[in-house]
Amino acid sequence: MSASGDPSLLGPYVLLILVGFLPNEVWRMLGVVLARGLNEESEIIAFARAVATAIVTGVVGKLVVFAPGALAGVPLAGRIGAAALGVAAFRLAGRSVLAGVTAATLAIVAGMLVVGG
Amino acid sequence: MSDPPPPVVLPLPYGSGLFGGLRAGATSVFMVVIVGSYVSIGALAHDLGFPLPWLVLSSLLVWAAPAQVILITALGAGAAPFEVALAVSLSSMRLLPMVVTLLPMLKTPRTRTRDVIVPAHLTAISVWIEALRLLPKVPRDARIGFANGLGACFMGGAVVASIVGFGLAHALPALLVAALLFLSPMSFLMSALRNARITADRVALAVGLVLAPVLAWRAVDLDLLWTGLAGGAAAYAAQRIQAALR
Repeated sequence: MSASGDPSLLGPYVLLILVGFLPNEVWRMLGVVLARGLNEESEIIAFARAVATAIVTGVVGKLVVFAPGALAGVPLAGRIGAAALGVAAFRLAGRSVLAGVTAATLAIVAGMLVVGG
Repeated sequence: MSDPPPPVVLPLPYGSGLFGGLRAGATSVFMVVIVGSYVSIGALAHDLGFPLPWLVLSSLLVWAAPAQVILITALGAGAAPFEVALAVSLSSMRLLPMVVTLLPMLKTPRTRTRDVIVPAHLTAISVWIEALRLLPKVPRDARIGFANGLGACFMGGAVVASIVGFGLAHALPALLVAALLFLSPMSFLMSALRNARITADRVALAVGLVLAPVLAWRAVDLDLLWTGLAGGAAAYAAQRIQAALR
């Protein structure tokens, strides 16, 4: 018996390469090609940096508004409130990422205890 | 005029090069975030019936948490392979501007393209944020090693955490899983706030935060692509206006 004869054994690994690795990696390798010859101070780099920043905070906005799985148990106002509390803690602690993340996460846990309790 | 002063290089507390990158990763807030996220990804893969070696390989090859969540949930639900590939690819578009901004910081005149393949593969949101913050303090010829160390450290933490999550899938309380789900978006938000030093960064940050959920709510296709382009254009315009007013 060859391994390829058993789709339940080989299937997920072939799928991992074809629909997971390749469609993901193509952006990184395209980045390698496009970054050739660009220097750090160029305007294209500044633009790309702003695009990446907007996409990252866009991901954050979507995750807070359209909460996945267990997070959906807390109402939208509670999720936005927890994020706002995190930002306030970040500011109060002198721009501390750790303080902001900790406060926001504790707030969402408290929110879930209130909703679920 | 006298010669320009030599560039000030602030020494990093953990040194530079590969070893410095490994230590920087191990002491980063993002290590906690990655461990939390990948514990939940491990539990998800277990619940949907994926074998452990597949999970480990997906972290090493894909190395993008949102894409891995899509891959696991969509394949687990029996979605058509082409649709899964499309969803994964759309979620990973952000890697392009990240790689384009990171690599010029790593290069020296002697750097060959093949030297930056590994740092490009290791690029993910967490690595990008920490690399952009720390690399200016690293001597230029030690930066590729530093970025590789940082990425390898985060990836190693992710693999170990996913194995733990896979093993503990039955024992994880729902409250913990939900808290873990909130860790990554909050760490991205706080880091973006910390790294936003100029007006352009702040404009891009605000546009992304507001526009992406609105576009997604209006069911606009490619919401993150439009968000990125609008944020980039607004940031560019803000910088131009600021420069003109000065």
